[in-house]
Amino acid sequence: MNATENLDAVFLAMADPTRRAILARLAKGEATVMELAEPFAMTQPAVSQHLKVLESAGLVVGRVDGARRPRRLAPAGIDALEQWLAMLRRGMEKSYDRLDEILASMDEPKKRKGDRR
Amino acid sequence: MSKLTLKTEGDTHVIVTRRFAASPEAVYRAHTDPKIVQKWLLGPDGWTMPVCDLDARTGGKFRYEWKHETKEYGFHITGEFVELTPYRKIVHIERMFLPQQTPDNHIETRFEPDGSGTLMTMRMTLPDEATRAAMLSTGMEKGMENSYERLEKMIPAGGLRMETGK
Repeated sequence: MNATENLDAVFLAMADPTRRAILARLAKGEATVMELAEPFAMTQPAVSQHLKVLESAGLVVGRVDGARRPRRLAPAGIDALEQWLAMLRRGMEKSYDRLDEILASMDEPKKRKGDRR
Repeated sequence: MSKLTLKTEGDTHVIVTRRFAASPEAVYRAHTDPKIVQKWLLGPDGWTMPVCDLDARTGGKFRYEWKHETKEYGFHITGEFVELTPYRKIVHIERMFLPQQTPDNHIETRFEPDGSGTLMTMRMTLPDEATRAAMLSTGMEKGMENSYERLEKMIPAGGLRMETGK
């Protein structure tokens, strides 16, 4: 897969809030389908379906442990989660950058007395 | 080189910090005056807040509604103020509707003098780990639409803003 195709697959996988939540959960450590289904109030087949998408995007990998098949984050999954966090951060930064401008226009008249300049 | 930090703490907390080149009084006012909140609490470009009702008193309620300039859908947040200590601290509870209701987020926001400016520290507490994971992943939805290109280019959205060393 070339870089752009991979980015598309990652974005498709990350476009769903449940899949992002699954990734965030796996960031805490590996978990089985049953363990993943429980906190998200989802059926196991639904979780399996999401995991399939995440695995084909290279974000999640599984291993066999007897009858269990725990999944964990692949390095690409960690990167993807960090990207998402960075986006959340960027959304907030946008807000606060706007606030900076508003503050610049409202703050100073109030504190004329103590103005240092 | 962002002034904003966002990190998780324990299983249920999210901590956000940000510095402002303005007094705690001004920053507090910008968080409690609906006319001001409406102008900046917009997230990524393209969003506006047509409804911003806010009653900054203990037990007072607020409601923020966002809509996008081109998207059909919007979302809203409702909440209550638990404690307001003028210019220093705001404690409130909020939940987002997407449109389905998400669990309560308990948020304590502190404003501390920091040189000639203010250090804001926001501490969010979610009911459990799965909720926090879901909140972090859902909040990011808003940033997604216009972020695809930025992801590829990796250009910092706001560029570098200098703290003025007054």
